[in-house]
Amino acid sequence: MKLVMAIIKPFKLEEVRQALDGLGIEGLTVTEVKGYGRQKGHTEIYRGAEYEVSFIPKVKIEVVVPTESAEKVVEAISTSAKTGQIGDGKIFVSPIEQTVRIRTGETDADAL
Amino acid sequence: MTTAWRNLTLFGAAALAAMAMIEPSFAEEAAAAAAAAAPAVKAPDLVVNKADDCWMMTSSLLVLLMTVPGLALFYGGMVRTKNMLSTLTQVFAIQCIVCVLWFVYGYSLAFTEGSGATSPFLGGLSRLFMQGIDPKTPAATFSVGVGIDELVYVCFQMTFAAITTALAIGGFAERMKFSAIVLFAILWCTFVYIPIAHSVWFNPGPNDLATANDAALARSGFGFQMGALDFAGGTVVHINAGVAGFVGALLLGRRIGYGKEAMPPHSLTLTMVGASLLWVGWFGFNAGSNLEANAGAVLAMANTFVATAAAGISWMLVEWLFKGKPSLLGLASGVVAGLVAVTPASGYAGPMGALVLGLVAGAICFFFCTAVKSALGYDDTLDVFGVHAIGGFVGAIGTGIVAAPFYGGAGVVDYTKCVVKDGIVTSDCPIGDYDMMAQVIIQAKNAAITIGWSAVGSLIVFLIISLIVGLRVSAESEREGLDISEHGERAYNM
Repeated sequence: MKLVMAIIKPFKLEEVRQALDGLGIEGLTVTEVKGYGRQKGHTEIYRGAEYEVSFIPKVKIEVVVPTESAEKVVEAISTSAKTGQIGDGKIFVSPIEQTVRIRTGETDADAL
Repeated sequence: MTTAWRNLTLFGAAALAAMAMIEPSFAEEAAAAAAAAAPAVKAPDLVVNKADDCWMMTSSLLVLLMTVPGLALFYGGMVRTKNMLSTLTQVFAIQCIVCVLWFVYGYSLAFTEGSGATSPFLGGLSRLFMQGIDPKTPAATFSVGVGIDELVYVCFQMTFAAITTALAIGGFAERMKFSAIVLFAILWCTFVYIPIAHSVWFNPGPNDLATANDAALARSGFGFQMGALDFAGGTVVHINAGVAGFVGALLLGRRIGYGKEAMPPHSLTLTMVGASLLWVGWFGFNAGSNLEANAGAVLAMANTFVATAAAGISWMLVEWLFKGKPSLLGLASGVVAGLVAVTPASGYAGPMGALVLGLVAGAICFFFCTAVKSALGYDDTLDVFGVHAIGGFVGAIGTGIVAAPFYGGAGVVDYTKCVVKDGIVTSDCPIGDYDMMAQVIIQAKNAAITIGWSAVGSLIVFLIISLIVGLRVSAESEREGLDISEHGERAYNM
């Protein structure tokens, strides 16, 4: 099993969800996060007081899939989250050791 | 502080010099209309009319609306989340404290006749505990023979004392102990606000001014005797509160992290709501200060519309030009600066004079809140100096100019020349001759007296408070936020 974690632009979330839904992915965790990469932040001015805002709002999505699906999931996210502009985000893939569905006690592939 | 003083003086001098060049030559009145040494005339009894009472009750509520929730939200939106409740609580508590002290002794000290050497700045005790007032006791307005019920005048003036005291806290928001705020409300209102209100506004009323001018003037406040024009409180309210806030900001020092950490306003949405409530309430403030529901109130209302809008536009354009973007906070600040500047002029200016006053005030206040503030490095949290002291000063001086009939102003009523019928003076009083240059100088003097009184008085008040309870919260409390450390509650539990 693999964990696919992606940081994307907030307004791309719905497109990404639809793309993953199309692959038959049945669950997804979303977190509102802040951070910066090459996009950097922006400046805010309040009555002449200027503040550099370094951290900009992003959405983090996490989905655990069988190893063989990971590549397709990564591809679906990179296609649907892409605008071509700086700040589109990143995707990270890492191995997962165990999965348990709490309600039934099913494990691993059955629990996904 | 001394630098700021010098700046203000220089600014005043520059304004005077500019005026000297454009002063129009008024047609001198040929000869004093041989004021026939008439036998002593009598004044009519004060008659209270329901419309005036109704308008003054409405105006009192409008000014209350300016403070709670208007000013509270305007200020609250600009502080950080962790200090939201402390700001709301401070404004709300000041409204309550000043209201009580006003009914107990404040009104008496401000708006009755004093005695002895202190009488130009302090009233007497004849209305202590509201003695001598029943619901039908009339108080003077600005017309001979016209009164309003004195209790509504007490209420109306109470709302002014409360908002002035509450305005000042913007200078030292986010770091003052609540106990110090409570003492500030009592001491500052008593020793700084009341004397200035008495000086500029107290007079025995048109009946006495029309029948015994010199004697009546001698019983008036210092600023009033001087002939200072302050329709609704450019000096009494705005310069007074602005300077107090500034002194407080200097004495308490900067907030921890000022200039290093980001301290953006936590909700400009609420600030916009507050600024809008201030604008609406300000019609009670300015048009209500006419004390009668007549053409004078209508003029003040029109001026309060146009000057305010002009100042909002002015601030917005200047900000757009110099900072790249027109901001909501800028627009709201400009609107408040316009309200402040038109306050002393609202009953004297013509609408076009008010428009120009607004345009000028918006740009000047922007300059003080941005360039001057960052150059001098003081931490006037909510810009009470840049908006209220500076806007009030522009308005106080500007009133001397825009009141001139030459510039479309309404001029000033001359109570010594009211028409007399059958030995009884009537409310038909002409507009007097207007010497703009002389008036501008009087305005500058009155503003200077207010600045001096407020600076010294506030300093003493703060020193007394610092001896009793201390001024500033601990560094730990400040970091945690005053909501939790001073009040034990949180603004947003989400």
